[in-house]
Amino acid sequence: MDNSPQSISPPSVDVGVDPISQGDVEIETYQVVRPDGSFDADRVPDVDDEALRDLYRWMLLQRVYDNRATKLQRRGRLGTVASGRGQEAAIIGSGFALSQDDWIFPYGREAGALLMHGLSMRDLLLYWRGIEDASKMEGANIFGMAISIGSHIPLATGKAWGMQLAGEESIAFANLGDGATSTGAFHEGMNFAGVLDAPAVYFCQNNQYAISLPFEKQTNADTVAQKALAYGVDGIRVDGNDVLAVYNAVSKARERALEGNPVLVEAVTYRRGAHTTSDDPTRYRSEEEVDEWEKRDPLERYQAFLEETGRWDDIDEEAIREEVEEEFSAAVDAADEFEERGIEEIFSYLHEETPPELQRQLEEFRELLEERPDMYEYIETRPKG
Amino acid sequence: MNATIIQAVNDALHEEMGNDEQTVVFGQDVAESGGVFRATEGLKEEFGGERVLDTPLSEIAIVGSAVGLATHGFRPIAEIQFSGFLPPAFDQLVTNASRIRWRTRGELTAPMVVRTPYGAGVRALEHHSESLESIYGHVPGLKVAIPSTPHDAKGMLISAIRDPDPVLFMEPKHVYRSYREDIDEGTYTEPLGEAAVRQEGEDLTVISWGAMMHQTLEAVENLADKGVDAEVIDLRTISPLDKETIVESVKKTGRCVVVHEAAKTGGFGAEIAATINDEALMYLEAPIERVAGFDVPVPLLSMEDYYIPPPPRIEEAIKDTVAY
Ligand SMILES: Cc1ncc(C[n+]2csc(CCOP(=O)(O)OP(=O)(O)O)c2C)c(N)n1
Ligand SMILES: [Mg+2]
Repeated sequence: MDNSPQSISPPSVDVGVDPISQGDVEIETYQVVRPDGSFDADRVPDVDDEALRDLYRWMLLQRVYDNRATKLQRRGRLGTVASGRGQEAAIIGSGFALSQDDWIFPYGREAGALLMHGLSMRDLLLYWRGIEDASKMEGANIFGMAISIGSHIPLATGKAWGMQLAGEESIAFANLGDGATSTGAFHEGMNFAGVLDAPAVYFCQNNQYAISLPFEKQTNADTVAQKALAYGVDGIRVDGNDVLAVYNAVSKARERALEGNPVLVEAVTYRRGAHTTSDDPTRYRSEEEVDEWEKRDPLERYQAFLEETGRWDDIDEEAIREEVEEEFSAAVDAADEFEERGIEEIFSYLHEETPPELQRQLEEFRELLEERPDMYEYIETRPKG
Repeated sequence: MNATIIQAVNDALHEEMGNDEQTVVFGQDVAESGGVFRATEGLKEEFGGERVLDTPLSEIAIVGSAVGLATHGFRPIAEIQFSGFLPPAFDQLVTNASRIRWRTRGELTAPMVVRTPYGAGVRALEHHSESLESIYGHVPGLKVAIPSTPHDAKGMLISAIRDPDPVLFMEPKHVYRSYREDIDEGTYTEPLGEAAVRQEGEDLTVISWGAMMHQTLEAVENLADKGVDAEVIDLRTISPLDKETIVESVKKTGRCVVVHEAAKTGGFGAEIAATINDEALMYLEAPIERVAGFDVPVPLLSMEDYYIPPPPRIEEAIKDTVAY
């Protein structure tokens, strides 16, 4: 017998406790162009025809870049590569809505957005080649890649806070995946942003997978967007395969952020390729599923819109394709010409002034390399695991 | 059976999950896909989805919930996909796992394992390559094991799972598939906290662990032709440290070189040198040398191989020590 104070039985009558649950909030997915190509004319953004054509060009560039980078990796000329295939509308639509003064916190799949933001393609390739110098992200307001998933969310919050304190008209824009929303850093960084009224936009490309884990197992929440409510920030859920919808959503989010309302945007999309070049997705998902999403191709959908509105005739797809292919080839050539730095590269930049012990380590290593040139051979031919 | 380290890890998991129904394997991508290195391949098929689970991308919750689960009579075997992603969960290791027995005066315990691949040399992205074992080895109450051979990987992992306290099991991913050897079928254990003498010798003691064992053995072999008779110790466990094996060996040889991949300053080589200083100072005929990674983060892949001490670097240190 439980004789403790807790042994009384719970009330059998309804005492009016009514838990809130996620079904209580309806979350719409914003769309402009529907999968069949029909569209909502009121929602077409008020930008000129050239911009609308540019959007297509950038999406195509993203696709070509991903194809070519993946091939380069297979030939051993890049390290691990994460493709944005299937996510072109999310990547390009969001990048297009930013201003050059904004800071992008990248997570790896958004080549097109980074190039648009001022990064050279050569440098992007050098980065994936594992060359330290490229981490400078020269000439563009781009932070280091968030390879440690979610780790950049508080950073973006802090950057935005700084922009606000400095009275600037710009935002911090963090790219992240659905997996990142499960990290502690995400929760703390989002909550902080809410408290600070930070001018930040957190753009989650919900591509349905974190490596092998499907979104349904990533969180019990029905959507990523609803998480915004818990942090007291604004949320938007948008069709991530609809480039105009993404452009509008992020433009709106940016506007809100500048007013002091951080925004979490969920772009619903799909990772059509492998997680990275080291992954084999056939181990965990069906071909039918991939085929299903292939039918929702973002480029095709946008093309349908352009055709419908009579703009497609002004677009020479073949010419654009050739142009971006050439751009890629030129970037590879430039990357190949990049002269690698010596071993100093490893030792520099850790401190403003290299401490004596580290300086000593560098000098010892230099001497040793002179004494034992066979070391180079060991280093060059070491098996890569 | 003839196995690589990764196969030995997989075999150990199969064995011990079969032996002990309280074991639960979880982490990112461990169930459906069998792990990014295939360490957990076939476990879900054999033991079912309740005992083999894919988790959300939440290192803090993976380690923290392992502690909670362990206090409830289960044997969690958590995987952190790369040791570079363990730092967010450092809090759970330090604040909870390592001291749960201590702070509850033995009422609650955390018999759990956190497995994680560590080290450089596989052309991975940033944050995938560090060797931070001395940081974890510094935490009282946390055991840190680092096997270097398939035989040890299997036997030590089974010991780690059976251990009554938390064990961080760091797997040398650079040599996951580089070496094979015959390992025993079925269940066997290799003790934690005991170093292994890989080779007996008189001239000096060379100590290493994990992936660096292989570079070390190569260097020693290269010098054997030149008449250097080295004793080689594979530490196998950083914490608890097998001081006896180290001290006995150094008393015999009078000289010592420690080789590790982790950054030199504050690395475990310093602890070993201090141990020798405490217990065998009068036997030393030369200063203890450390061959280690530089005091910098592991470079991106184009330069990362310069970071890892190659055999010639180890050879030079051995020659200097012997000639001193
Ligand atoms: C903190 C951390 N844990 C684990 C990993 C290993 N990892 C790399 S990418 C990835 C999945 C990321 O999924 P998501 O955030 O959805 O982004 P996606 O790759 O789908 O674009 C994992 C688990 C990591 N890089 N960082
Ligand atoms: Mg994802």
